[in-house]
Amino acid sequence: MHGNKLLLICLAAGAAFAQHTFTSGDIEDGAVLYRGTCLGCHGPDGNLVPGIDLAHGKFKRATNDDQVIAIIRNGVPGTAMPPSNVTEFQASTILAYLHSIGNTGAGPAGAGDPARGKAIFEGKGGCMSCHRVRGQGSRSGPDLSDIGAFRRAPELEKSIVDPDAEILPQNRSVRVVMKDGAAYSGRLMNEDTFNVMILDSKDQLRALPRSEMKEFTFIDKSPMPSYQGRLTAQEIADLVSYLGTLKGVAVN
Amino acid sequence: MKKSILLLGIAACAWGQVSFDRILNAAREPQNWLTYSGAFASQRHSSLSQITSANVRNLEQQWVFQARSLEKFEATPLVVDGILYTVQPPNDIVALDAATGRIFWIYNYSPSTEARPCCGRVNRGLAILGDTLFMGTIDAHLIAVDAKTGRPIWNREVAKAASGYALTHAPLIVKDKVIVGTAGGEFGIRGFIAAFDTKTGKEVWRFHNIPEPGEPGHETWKNDGWMHGGGSVWVTGSYDPDTNLTFWGIGNPGPDWNGDPRPGDNLYTDSVVALDGDTGKLKWYYQFSPHDEFDYDSVQIPVLADMPWKGRPRKVMLWANRNGLMYVLDRTSGEFLQGKPFVEVNWMNGFDEKGRPMRVAGKVPSREGTLISPGNQGGTNWYSPSYSARTGLFYIPTWGDYQSIYTKNDVEYEEGRNYGGGRPRSNVNLARAPLNLRKDGEGFGAIRAMDPVTGERKWEFRMADVTDAGILTTDSDLLFSGGREGFFYALDARDGNLLWKAALGGPIQSGPITYAVNGRQYVAVNAGSALFVYALRQ
Repeated sequence: MHGNKLLLICLAAGAAFAQHTFTSGDIEDGAVLYRGTCLGCHGPDGNLVPGIDLAHGKFKRATNDDQVIAIIRNGVPGTAMPPSNVTEFQASTILAYLHSIGNTGAGPAGAGDPARGKAIFEGKGGCMSCHRVRGQGSRSGPDLSDIGAFRRAPELEKSIVDPDAEILPQNRSVRVVMKDGAAYSGRLMNEDTFNVMILDSKDQLRALPRSEMKEFTFIDKSPMPSYQGRLTAQEIADLVSYLGTLKGVAVN
Repeated sequence: MKKSILLLGIAACAWGQVSFDRILNAAREPQNWLTYSGAFASQRHSSLSQITSANVRNLEQQWVFQARSLEKFEATPLVVDGILYTVQPPNDIVALDAATGRIFWIYNYSPSTEARPCCGRVNRGLAILGDTLFMGTIDAHLIAVDAKTGRPIWNREVAKAASGYALTHAPLIVKDKVIVGTAGGEFGIRGFIAAFDTKTGKEVWRFHNIPEPGEPGHETWKNDGWMHGGGSVWVTGSYDPDTNLTFWGIGNPGPDWNGDPRPGDNLYTDSVVALDGDTGKLKWYYQFSPHDEFDYDSVQIPVLADMPWKGRPRKVMLWANRNGLMYVLDRTSGEFLQGKPFVEVNWMNGFDEKGRPMRVAGKVPSREGTLISPGNQGGTNWYSPSYSARTGLFYIPTWGDYQSIYTKNDVEYEEGRNYGGGRPRSNVNLARAPLNLRKDGEGFGAIRAMDPVTGERKWEFRMADVTDAGILTTDSDLLFSGGREGFFYALDARDGNLLWKAALGGPIQSGPITYAVNGRQYVAVNAGSALFVYALRQ
């Protein structure tokens, strides 16, 4: 996934970029930029602003990629679309990322039922024994309260059937053994030259001094099992559909 | 205590859960600081005594947290089992290791641009129950955040920021409820105190600081003055489990300096109210400054103490008020027991038999200006006082020799706009620095140690500049405080002698706390934009 394999994604039109081929690394950079800059308004699928579907080439003003790149950089005066300080090439990687998600389809979510998915999440799936949503559930896995706000349905599905495929850096687990034999595992919260800060498996925040440490290792494998075969395709679709509704804590 | 923590741990299957019972008995675990004033009695006194008058000179800086903000840093931290929680202005919660100062997580909150607090985008701290932190925000939301991960759990809009409402104080936990009051007294708000379910954020009860038609007290508002009557809250109340009463100080009436639109006593502005913790029903009130025109918010910490009073034990409330008087009330009934000035006071000259102040004729704001003592910032203000049962003294952060000339002018209410009706000019230049403009008779800051029974001053520690710092006392008879000059002091609580000081380079605008980790006592205080933490040299 992190290789530099050339992908066949080319921008559809526009003189400057028509011949450019983007590496998976470029597209990943575009994804990071998209999530940091654009996702807040346009959503994980690029279709949150009415009348605009970024992944499927539906725009209000632009008719070709060059114009989209110009809008990404300059914004649209008088609207909520602000200018940004990305370079022309960075803007093109955002566009390449959008093309890439446009090609993956909507995934199974369209066929899912969020209410049934919620029941699976809280019941049969046993998801809350590791995950937390709005204060309910365990903290050992990632908090999913706003997962639907920044993960797309195909990505959610992938994480359910192949949890090892991608573990976000902030969700990494570590194992620490101290010189006195005490062992801790948990989520890495912060680290510096002298300390490692974790939320351990007993939900205790701990600052562990490196000077008293014998062992410090990242746990590469996700502790989450694959749900392929554990849940039916329909149940996975339901679950994905439910996760897609989790957009963070609403003001009430 | 260890046993009870162990039992709790088993019961809740989680470490570090702060049950209501733990907050009730906070004095039993002085290594922690579980609520804004240290315990429900709000004495800001700790039984920790490793640091003493003999060794305090060996205090050494352990760590500093630099807030990523240059706004006023007024939060009192909480400390729970080795984790310190504070609020970086305006509304970011930070979880740090209390021994090393290293950060576990930061919860970033961006308040609405409609927020319009009168006096800085400040936050004074958090409440905790179970493993959930509660924060009021400058745009008048109340937010529950997971204490382990910094993830939000619920977010409640308590009032409209665009109308001038804000939440600036640390919430108070009473049983399964979290209580806050609204700030915004300079904007013609109609303040209230409300309790919310800690699990869901649902409002459970609301007390109108300004009674509406049909409610007792409404008759103290003539015309339509009640509609924009002010009555804000911006420091944390206290709680008495014996009577299940929670006590809150309420701010000035609106408009601040021109009482003409609001004839009457203007309840419950400038009052303390005693509310049932379960229902919010008013049990009693005492109004310190009826029909106030001097901005004498009664937004101070209600300090609860049990002491002998004229030959018999009595449950009292000590109150050092912005209006320059130090009060003793019976906290079960609200009976006025005593009121004595702790600074120069010229707006009143005694009390009637019911404890109502007797006004001095002509001492009201006027078109040409009237000199009033104390001045607009008060003899004291929101800065936490401290009471030590060991010394029997009540310690008040004080502005001495401080007056204002109050002028009044016409004013009309406009939503979200300042609703003042006058202008106080003071003999303390609030922006002054360095102190080379000083005139004769200009105000000064002081820590005054008062005997609450006799009303006499036992000692005073005087500073050149004024102070916005709270006070902490300990069982080793130490007193920690500071001031605008940026010095952090340790005084002998018995006689006020200076034992130790540190120059922190920025004004101290919060109350110090003390806590312990692995048996080592720490003292923490904000100065400028940073939190400084001290312990004895090892």
